[in-house]
Amino acid sequence: MITFDHVTKRFDDGTVGVDDLTLEVPEGEVVVLVGPSGCGKTTTMRMINRMIQPTGGTLTVDGQDVMTVSPPQLRRRIGYVIQQVGLFPHRTIAENIATVPELVGWDKARTQERVKTLMATVGLPDSVANRYPHQLSGGQRQRVGVARALAVDPPIMLMDEPFGAVDPIVRSRLQDEFLRLQLQVRKTIVFVTHDIDEAIRMGDRIAILSEGGKLEQYDDPERLLADPANEFVADFLGAERGLKRLALIPVSEVSAEPGPVVSPDDDRGNAAEVARSYGTDWVVVVDEQRRLRGWVSLHELDGRIADANLRQFALSVESTDSLRAALNAMVTSRTGVAVRLSEGGLYEGIITQELVSKEIR
Amino acid sequence: MNVLGGILAWFADPTHWSGADGVPVRVAEHLGYCLLATAVATLIALPLGVILGHTGKGGSLAINVSNAGRAIPTFGIVLLAFLVAGAGLLPITVALVLLAIPPILTNTYVAVRGIDRELRDAAEGMGMYGWQVVRQLEVPMAMPLIMAGVRTSAVQVVATATLAAYVTLGGLGRYIFDGLGQRVYAEVAAGAILVAILALAVEFGLSKLQTAVTARGLRSTQRDDPLAAKATAAPA
Amino acid sequence: MIHAAGVVAQVVDTEWIGRHLDDVRTYTLEHLLLTGLAVGIGFVVAFPVALLVQRYPRLYGPVLGLAGVLFTIPSLALFVGIIPFTGIGIATPLTPLVVYTLLILVRNTVEGLRSVPSDVVEAAEAMGYSRRRRLLRVELPLATPVIIAGLRIATVSTIGLVTITVLIGWGGVGRFFLDGFARRFATPLLLGIALSVLLSVVADFSLLALQRLATPWARGRR
Repeated sequence: MITFDHVTKRFDDGTVGVDDLTLEVPEGEVVVLVGPSGCGKTTTMRMINRMIQPTGGTLTVDGQDVMTVSPPQLRRRIGYVIQQVGLFPHRTIAENIATVPELVGWDKARTQERVKTLMATVGLPDSVANRYPHQLSGGQRQRVGVARALAVDPPIMLMDEPFGAVDPIVRSRLQDEFLRLQLQVRKTIVFVTHDIDEAIRMGDRIAILSEGGKLEQYDDPERLLADPANEFVADFLGAERGLKRLALIPVSEVSAEPGPVVSPDDDRGNAAEVARSYGTDWVVVVDEQRRLRGWVSLHELDGRIADANLRQFALSVESTDSLRAALNAMVTSRTGVAVRLSEGGLYEGIITQELVSKEIR
Repeated sequence: MNVLGGILAWFADPTHWSGADGVPVRVAEHLGYCLLATAVATLIALPLGVILGHTGKGGSLAINVSNAGRAIPTFGIVLLAFLVAGAGLLPITVALVLLAIPPILTNTYVAVRGIDRELRDAAEGMGMYGWQVVRQLEVPMAMPLIMAGVRTSAVQVVATATLAAYVTLGGLGRYIFDGLGQRVYAEVAAGAILVAILALAVEFGLSKLQTAVTARGLRSTQRDDPLAAKATAAPA
Repeated sequence: MIHAAGVVAQVVDTEWIGRHLDDVRTYTLEHLLLTGLAVGIGFVVAFPVALLVQRYPRLYGPVLGLAGVLFTIPSLALFVGIIPFTGIGIATPLTPLVVYTLLILVRNTVEGLRSVPSDVVEAAEAMGYSRRRRLLRVELPLATPVIIAGLRIATVSTIGLVTITVLIGWGGVGRFFLDGFARRFATPLLLGIALSVLLSVVADFSLLALQRLATPWARGRR
């Protein structure tokens, strides 16, 4: 656990980098520091491993005041990943990953074993072990940076825009992998970014800072989006705050409606009645095994449904998808609703725009 | 053609290749002065350059010293040191060391200072002590430029060590000054040619050494440009 | 400081200097003449060569490689080595001096032209500058600091080298060296060294001032 207790950083020239910050980073969680440039997010992070010295207040790591530990000893217990990665160009990938194990005096065999494991963990092929950093792609170098930071299995990781220097596709993949990895390793992570979407995606909690290192709000992503503490936070979250929030809520949070369902054996008369009771001019066709067959508009229906030309839903959602995905399915379908299927592909009901708006209102 | 013939005849004369005044002995003496001066200069300039570069202090001193170095009239220093210290190795060594320090000091400082901030940041962030940053990051990274500085110095020293003969010592300068004194221009030219060849040989040898001490990971990222060091070098 | 001043007063015979002010003037003028001619001729030759190398980049390797090799030849060796070919006229000290300045100037002028950011060159091209106009209006002005830096190095180096030409009967203020050495008398030696350093410093600062005048846009930076 990392605790900031009224921590202040005043630089030599008098500017205040961080102003009276009180904040707790709980064990095993990802806390994202986010804000515009000049908001002191990197300064805040770098005070934890004393790359920058706090000038006021108390900063503790696992109950120990960081000012009582020598910086190198402190830093060896804290993984550190930066945007430019900072791999040593004169050392091979394996040697780069082995840097901290060597500093703390691990023997060769143990170090080698650890390097091998880590390369597999971050998804690097064995063949790059003896290459040099300049021979790798940006994404690969970033993985090496993460592996190097994890080398002696530090309980805490500091990550300063770790995916900032790679293209959007690689970034998105690295983010996914990072989240998957975090599920296994459960590190206490302080993550700095200026990208609010990345913050929402990566953070268990988000701290929004404004210029001069003032903490505007500290909450989990959903609370933050649902209830911004002030105008600054609302502005920073942006006009699409509602959509961002939908992305965080799973479909399972809303109970689907049964919907205007008919079976293939029904005829136009049944269908018209079902549709009217729902206030629609179309019906969903589901067979005896609850399999979705499609939908049909009353205007295109003459006799038996089985003989009609059924239309398909282009998209469907499952319980683990987000409401944002459900909304996307709605706007791409002429019916204006999203169908929800079970994992096995069986019909579970429909989700309407009213259901979604009720959830985020 | 008469001149060229004379020079060739000088080289062909076997008596010039043996004894205390023979080419092998003179070359050995010459190299001896150079080795001593370059080694002393490196021992002074390298640690100083690393310390200044690591701490970031005294930067203008480290950079301006190479400009000042060019302005020093080496010949005058050799003669002055001889007047003060008398005959022996000291005068020529002092002058040559003064000549050799600036390129090594400047290159070392610039190389260490020029290491990317994020590399130093990463090294410190991983928990390296200052001396570990120096040993594991800064010196290996700076090595190509440091060696380029040593190379520049050594070549200038080889050329300038010719002056040792003027203050009663040996070396290849003997041929030049003896020849001048006796107006035997073939001997003068032979001495000049030998110094030039020796300088080129030292240049070549040190460039091989430079490659050998450069970490493998750095070799393909940095263009090996033997001329890069020359931009700041003064003729000797 | 007082101690140092005392030592200097003991070593330096100011009265002797007072009696040799004529020599100081003559030698200094000779020094300036040799330096000016060497750097002037060097620049006049180096400039077109550099433009040629810039125009035909394939020449870069060979030209600078040759320059690098010539640079390795010791100055004393070159000075005395060419006596049989040039006699004892002014060509003997001047030829090696020009060769060395040439090497420094070609290299720095080429590097200066190459250091002009390619986006600037492209922008000029896109606006319809002809090659000639682009060179005169864009590339040369932007290369000026590096070119003048080369002139500074060449000038300061040449001032030092001129003192060595005393061994072949010239020498500028270096003439004091042999006088002092022959008579085991430190004053002329110190005077020669001091004058040589002073000339270097004055020349260097003058060229620096010229550079600042010629590149007003670079003044505010750094």
